[in-house]
Amino acid sequence: MTDTAIDTATDRTPLLAVEGLKTYLYLRRGVVKAIDGVDLHVHAGESLGIIGESGSGKTMTSLSIMRLLPQPGGRIVAGSIRLNGVDLLQLSERDMAANYRGRQISMISQDPLASLNPVFTIGDQVGAPFRYHGLAKDEADIRRSAIDVLRRLRIPSPERRLDDYPHQFSGGMRQRVVAAMAIACSPRLLIADEPTSALDVTIQAQMLDLLREIQHSAGLGLILITHDLGVAASVCHRIAVMYSGRIVETGDVREIYARPAHPYTQALLQSLPRLGEKKRRLYSIAGQPPSLLDRPRGCAFAARCAHRMPICDESPPPTVQAAPGQSAACWLLKS
Amino acid sequence: MFLLKRILQGLLSIVGASIVIFVISRLSGDPITMLLPVEAPPALIEQTRRDMGLDRSYFEQYVIFARHAIGGDFGQSYRWQMPALELVMQRLPATIELACAALLFSVMIAVPLGVLSAVRRGSWIDRCGNVFAMLGQAMPGFWVGLLLVYFFAIQLNWLPAFGRGTFKQLIMPAIALGWYPVAAQTRVVRSAMLDVLDRDYIRVARGLGVPENVVIWKYGLRNALVPLITIMGVYFAAMLGGAFVIEVVFAWPGLGRTVVEAVFARDFPVVQAGVLITSILFVTSNLLVDLSYHYLDPRIRHGH
Amino acid sequence: MDTESTVDGLAGPAVRYRHWVANLPWWPLAILLTVLLAALFGPWLMPHDPQQMNLAAALRPPAWQAGGTLEYVLGTDNLGRDILSRIIAGARTSALVCAYAIVFSGALGALIGMTAGYFGRAVDAIIMRIVDIQMSIPSLALALVLATVLDQGLGTVIIVIIVTYWTWYARIIRGEILSLKERDFVALAKVAGCGTLTIFARHFLPNILNTLLVLATLQVGQVILFEASLSFLGLGIQAPDVSWGLMLADARGYIANAWWAITLPGVAIMLTCLASNLFGDWMRDTFDPMRRQV
Repeated sequence: MTDTAIDTATDRTPLLAVEGLKTYLYLRRGVVKAIDGVDLHVHAGESLGIIGESGSGKTMTSLSIMRLLPQPGGRIVAGSIRLNGVDLLQLSERDMAANYRGRQISMISQDPLASLNPVFTIGDQVGAPFRYHGLAKDEADIRRSAIDVLRRLRIPSPERRLDDYPHQFSGGMRQRVVAAMAIACSPRLLIADEPTSALDVTIQAQMLDLLREIQHSAGLGLILITHDLGVAASVCHRIAVMYSGRIVETGDVREIYARPAHPYTQALLQSLPRLGEKKRRLYSIAGQPPSLLDRPRGCAFAARCAHRMPICDESPPPTVQAAPGQSAACWLLKS
Repeated sequence: MFLLKRILQGLLSIVGASIVIFVISRLSGDPITMLLPVEAPPALIEQTRRDMGLDRSYFEQYVIFARHAIGGDFGQSYRWQMPALELVMQRLPATIELACAALLFSVMIAVPLGVLSAVRRGSWIDRCGNVFAMLGQAMPGFWVGLLLVYFFAIQLNWLPAFGRGTFKQLIMPAIALGWYPVAAQTRVVRSAMLDVLDRDYIRVARGLGVPENVVIWKYGLRNALVPLITIMGVYFAAMLGGAFVIEVVFAWPGLGRTVVEAVFARDFPVVQAGVLITSILFVTSNLLVDLSYHYLDPRIRHGH
Repeated sequence: MDTESTVDGLAGPAVRYRHWVANLPWWPLAILLTVLLAALFGPWLMPHDPQQMNLAAALRPPAWQAGGTLEYVLGTDNLGRDILSRIIAGARTSALVCAYAIVFSGALGALIGMTAGYFGRAVDAIIMRIVDIQMSIPSLALALVLATVLDQGLGTVIIVIIVTYWTWYARIIRGEILSLKERDFVALAKVAGCGTLTIFARHFLPNILNTLLVLATLQVGQVILFEASLSFLGLGIQAPDVSWGLMLADARGYIANAWWAITLPGVAIMLTCLASNLFGDWMRDTFDPMRRQV
């Protein structure tokens, strides 16, 4: 995690580049603008943390990249998602399934324990990516590959456990199985969506270690989606803060922790209990995020912002460079 | 342990059913009046009464009835002049054949319709399935049978209107009998699939690049099987009852029609044997449903 | 009953009433009312005597077909009896069977269910065993056994349906009572020295009334189908009484000659069942928002 590595990385074309992404959910009660203009990029070997409250559009971002939006109703209405220059939004569904999902981009979703199908064996499920991406010659080959990847994730005696069902594994082991499925085909990009929120603390720490380890050894790009700033800080190089369907601030993790530019980020950091500090009353942000059905004309955070100005209610704030490699969307920075 | 308990429960139900049948048939008053002509001399009536054990207490009579029933002896059919059980067992395979064909028909319609309704929720196929289900539960099976006969046998002359033996003769009775369960099964499959398709593991499977039809028909449907099997068992049992009517419509030489004819002939032994055998099948198929959970759901199989 | 009733409660009775009316299933209601009117005022509505044979007018097709006349709007059967009049008469039979069968099976089932739920232990165990046993005999088979024993006719049909369906009420009411009897007011009533009957009538009955109504509505379609099946077999309603199932049984004899005779009574059955099922669904959604499996 050296600065120079990241600096050189920014010069190359990114592994993943999302531009102007808008994802709407067309529901009976109206159009939910879940993502309303998001730009982000991830380089190979880099990890990006996307942080935000629930409902800020983090999960929709990951589902948009996977093109697995909830149906009926979820639709990407604008923007591009380029993986190594290929716009995923232009691919056919068949191409997307056969050559991208599970092959080049994988996802570890919110609750690793619920991610395993209870009525199929582990072998069947871990073997699935090999089977459907044509990476194995026959059943024996699929089995061998599944054993290999389980062993890579240090699951004891995988050849014996292949025919077991998910409920026969402990929580920590199930998690490794889920990770094994995700990295089975050595994807270039791994999206981990709240991989720890459903877990207890010790398993949480194991999971983060596992993610770091996978990323280091495989050199893949990682997007870590979380509401937990501490989790993001321990794994990620860069951070993007989402609020109400937009990215309000992005930059190097240490820069942002040291000098948050956006009032929302500042508020988030204030609400984080720090180690070693005397227990003060926990700061929490007053108010609610705006309804995604009816977003305000100006800055979405204005109503809760301590630095609200007249202009904040009139037009959306521009994205401004706050420091090298750090930018934020706020009128304060413009003035 | 569970298995043993269920089997005992099943046995208890069958014993109970036999008591119910025994009590009801004794309610009818004296079977003697059925057997002997009105002008029979009192001595003969007394004699027959003793021979048949009718002079003993009801409890003793039941024990005798039960002992004979276990031994397979329900008495002689008045009408067919053969042991009632033998007659019933002779007719049973036709009924089971019909019920199986009907079940197959209903599942063949219900599974695709239910799955597609769930996958394309709100689409025309979902709406059609819904209307179909509504109609299915409102149309009596025998009327469906009559309509089928009218269109396919009389108007179009495609299929024989009655009888058993050829595959063609099986088609219409199977549809008529399978008609009613289609509705319920479609609903069950649809709601189970809707539930399953929302699960994380389905999204994970999609995220791994598993082709959509494999996601639905393998990973999804497999999870929806347990509720489907339950309802299949329930309706298989219900069809044993429904067969009583459908067999009459199509002159299907099965247990149902035999019992109905026996009812008209006041042929008690056949009615008793037929109904008891139907109850045993009913209980057995419910038992099999419970057992199939164990096979289908590994969590239950391993005692979780 | 929790979430929705609190929402309704906040909304106030006027809004709640409007909400009900807006969601009333209009056309099922219209069909049910038509059947009910036909049942109540049948004799005045029938264009002909449903028993009146007129061999000269046998097998007349419905009015809109060639050969049909307005005198017999829905045509005649093989004996020249007016189908419309017979369908109206059948509605009367169906309504009668439904009324008696539902009231009595509901009352019997509710009483037994309350007894089982309230006393618990051995009483509950024995009653539920009996319910299990009863349910292990297919209902039509049970009906056949009863039909062998009893004289056939309207009374038997009603008895058979009561015997078949009380278990359904008993099981569900018992479940309700099990949760109801844990509530304070029942304990208070007991402490205050209320007798069992008082508790049943004053405390249980008002609380299970909604469920009973929903169950009763959902039962209508089943009773009609059941009666039709029995009558079709010749074990239910007997001539000269008229029933839709019986009409179909008669029409089966000349199925090739008169499509109207085998379709129209069936359509009457189908529409009535459809309407009562839809109405029952609406009742359940409205009065029983927990959507208990009934």
